[in-house]
Amino acid sequence: MTSTTANTTTVHVFRVYIRATPQAIWDAIVTPEWQAKYGYRAPGTYELRPGGAYQGIASPAMEAMGASGVIVEGEVVEVDPPRKLVQTWHPTWDPQIAAEAPTRLTWEIDEIEKGVCKLTVTHDVTGAPSVEAQITGAIEGAGGGWAYVLSDLKTLLETGRALED
Amino acid sequence: MEDDDRVFKALADRTRRLLLDRLFVRDGLTLTQLESELEMTRFGVMKHLRVLEEAGLVVTRRSGREKLHFLNPVPIRLIHDRWIDKYTERHVSALVDLKNELEEPS
Repeated sequence: MTSTTANTTTVHVFRVYIRATPQAIWDAIVTPEWQAKYGYRAPGTYELRPGGAYQGIASPAMEAMGASGVIVEGEVVEVDPPRKLVQTWHPTWDPQIAAEAPTRLTWEIDEIEKGVCKLTVTHDVTGAPSVEAQITGAIEGAGGGWAYVLSDLKTLLETGRALED
Repeated sequence: MEDDDRVFKALADRTRRLLLDRLFVRDGLTLTQLESELEMTRFGVMKHLRVLEEAGLVVTRRSGREKLHFLNPVPIRLIHDRWIDKYTERHVSALVDLKNELEEPS
């Protein structure tokens, strides 16, 4: 291993502490009913086994803006409920972003004390600058990326209501 | 100390804001890379990084033999969503009320 490691990959890490059980957080990540209640509100489906498919589906608000059907494709790499999920994440909502390499997304849930969890989202966006701009919230008018999603998820799980509701 | 207190305290220092700005431009740096741009001892930089880590603003991750530092924007987003939105909205609605009042025909 050489010291060039740090400069050949592009990784971003997002972490939030949530007063909820690991199972509640897991359910909020992997079930479409929960996904429709926070963040970009795009419901997604997971086949929870290595090699299983992930599909993110356009929300009603996205449909109003012209998107439809599957807007993110992916494959499940590793599943360890309710602690760890590794998947690929490949947005297909426009030709430019679809042309980029699939990215790798890791969700980790650690219960640090009874009823309080640390949720860490690690997104390896190497070779995918448009995806990087999207998930870091760098695109004006395209939401705040993972920081926005995780803040909203925390609010939803702790108060029963998302920020915009 | 509350989580918000740690974030505000961590941000109330120029060097720590500089470290965050550096990670914003290029994420996932080693201590040596961060240290090279500051006129400060390695120990001083480590102390600042520890405060940032305790506030959740910096998250570290191992990659081979290296410890990489990542900017975690979520605590700042939480403050934005819980505090700043609240006050700016009120401010805006007060201005709208004032505008309506001034423009109302007498």
